[in-house]
Amino acid sequence: MLTHPSQLAAWKARILDERPVPKKTVVVSNGTCGRASGSLGIIEALDRELDRRGLRETVRLEVTGCHGFCELEPNIVILPEGIYYGRLKPEDVPPVIEKTILKGAVVDSLVYADPKTGRKYALQNEIPFYRKQMRLLTEDNLRIDPNRIEDYVLVDGYQALTKALFDMTAEEVIREVDTAGLRGRGGAGFPTGKKWQFCRNEVADRRYIICNADEGNPGTYMDRSILAANPHSVIEGMIIGAYAIGAVEGYIYVRMEAPQAVHQITIARDQARKYGLLGKSILGSEFHFDIQIVEGAGAFVCGEETSLMSSIEGRRAVSRQRPPFPAQSGLWGYPTNINNVETWANVPLIIKRGAEWYSQIGTAKSKGTKIFSLVGKIRHGGQVEVPMGIKLREIIYDIGGGIKDGKKFKAVQTGGPAGGFLPAEFLDLAVDYDNLVQAGSTMGSGGMIVLDETTCMVDVARHYMHFTQEESCGKCVPCRVGTRQMHDILVRITRGEGEEEDLARLEELGDSIRVASLCGLGQSAPNTVLSTLRHFREEYIEHIKQRKCAARVCGGLVPLPTQESPQPDRKAKKR
Amino acid sequence: MTGLEMDDLLRGYGREQKDLTKILHRIQGEYGFISSQAIRRVAEHLNTTENEVYGVLTFYKAFRLRPRGKHLITVCQGTSCHVRGGAWVFDEMKKVLGVEPGETTPDRMFSLETVNCLGCCAIGPTVVVDGTYHSQVSVKDVHSIIAECRKRK
Repeated sequence: MLTHPSQLAAWKARILDERPVPKKTVVVSNGTCGRASGSLGIIEALDRELDRRGLRETVRLEVTGCHGFCELEPNIVILPEGIYYGRLKPEDVPPVIEKTILKGAVVDSLVYADPKTGRKYALQNEIPFYRKQMRLLTEDNLRIDPNRIEDYVLVDGYQALTKALFDMTAEEVIREVDTAGLRGRGGAGFPTGKKWQFCRNEVADRRYIICNADEGNPGTYMDRSILAANPHSVIEGMIIGAYAIGAVEGYIYVRMEAPQAVHQITIARDQARKYGLLGKSILGSEFHFDIQIVEGAGAFVCGEETSLMSSIEGRRAVSRQRPPFPAQSGLWGYPTNINNVETWANVPLIIKRGAEWYSQIGTAKSKGTKIFSLVGKIRHGGQVEVPMGIKLREIIYDIGGGIKDGKKFKAVQTGGPAGGFLPAEFLDLAVDYDNLVQAGSTMGSGGMIVLDETTCMVDVARHYMHFTQEESCGKCVPCRVGTRQMHDILVRITRGEGEEEDLARLEELGDSIRVASLCGLGQSAPNTVLSTLRHFREEYIEHIKQRKCAARVCGGLVPLPTQESPQPDRKAKKR
Repeated sequence: MTGLEMDDLLRGYGREQKDLTKILHRIQGEYGFISSQAIRRVAEHLNTTENEVYGVLTFYKAFRLRPRGKHLITVCQGTSCHVRGGAWVFDEMKKVLGVEPGETTPDRMFSLETVNCLGCCAIGPTVVVDGTYHSQVSVKDVHSIIAECRKRK
């Protein structure tokens, strides 16, 4: 239990003192993708082999959250060299121990080879996927076992909190975050410092803060990865925010489809409580704050702030009109500040390294880094953290290695169901909040789904509309009925039963739903359809006039595949 | 579910509206579904109406009103999985099991459910069988996944 700020440094020194210094450390990435790809088998094999050879004293096994390179899971990194081996099988473990751990040599057959050039890269930070990233929020993932608060303390965790609580006033903290230029990572991009100030300005006898971890956009998973890999960074950010805003209680609302995130954040919260970092008189100060964790129950609309608050209150998660904004009247009618996971995780960084340093990263109006889930038809899918202002082309080609299976790039979808599609002419767009909106899409929470020539844009638009109409909370008519109408039209078109007038109908419906819906879900629901109509109108016309689907996706329009092997060339490729 | 067990379970929870979803998660975790009897007991516990409890639980995808089959198969419907062939995997699953999502096979062996995104998009299409994630699932794999379940019984 820490009761004085100086005890944090003493604790860190003690951990360092007590922890044996290993000759080598084997880091196993054990996030959701890792486990789905067999990381648990690798851990078992490592355990067995280290025991068998009596190497426990000299080799440390560190099981961590996701390192981002999901496509090559399960993977390990051997420190201090930083040797990277991907797509491991349990039988690869003995040679790794034999050669790399004991003899310091590289196992050539396990080294990553660039599929384009064939060039091999033994070290993690040399691999093109990592080289162009700027991993500020995710760099510590390699050193943190999320089950151990000690690992976070060792990477200078909770030092920003000490600084905020004892060297800064609440106003100074807000000013620092505001000067840094941090904007909400949940999608809207609202300046975080301003939002905090609004909430602080409200006269009330209690205020709440919320961490929105209801990451519902399909194809987007950085928030749950942060929670599962470095949960204390979010908790520390929340405590600092609560101090700045003057909140006594915080809620983390996590979606239930992310069980690992729920598990890890709960462990982290309990450890923070145990050490006096949450609760009464944090670090001996006069500041009290605690965090409750609420597990969602599977409703996309809960990502919308007013719905999320209804859900925390235990009611149906229907949205309500704003104003009043949550900062005025939020949870149980009290002023409430809601930020997304990634936003909270940026806070300790800003406090620790200063607004001046932070604001040098990024573009004029979008500061810092952004984590993207680079997925879809991309060669190297995973989570990438890049500075704002990087070009789409750099993300997709330099980091992501281009399109899978030698196919041609068609578009990239950003912003999830609320976003849009960017075709090839936008590849040189510098990625930030404002540029993406100007190009007809949004940053959203950071989904980046790459589509190739085998993707039918009408089908993808139908897919998104199916999603939004199912997830509409049903309170307002434009969203409930309108999205259904749009969906039905799209289904007709993909079946080859479309009419030319349908395009105008879609646009008219889209415009009405945008203007008349109650909350963000409805207001943005038509975006994916309108965006495909704007950039890929000819595909719609082809479906309607020629009854043809060039991508051969829409079932009613192409010859039916044979029984035993439908669309053989289109199946997900097995390793 | 006997009355006593339910009393024990509810005793661990508060009696405010905000405790409702937590209680429902727990009941479903314990019994696999939420029976009409359970709805009545929860309503009594929270001093609210059965209608309120029913309204909340049917709003969310997580809660089931009927028991599920022995094996739960969840197919990811996320966009990344969709464009990587997930739609065909899903169609095949429906065809082989002969049920629609949310339904259970007549022999009570399989329940089929969908999820909007499981967060392992780079290795999709993803199918979860009784909590175990299967990555890069192809149409052919659907048959082996089901056969494996049948073998396990």
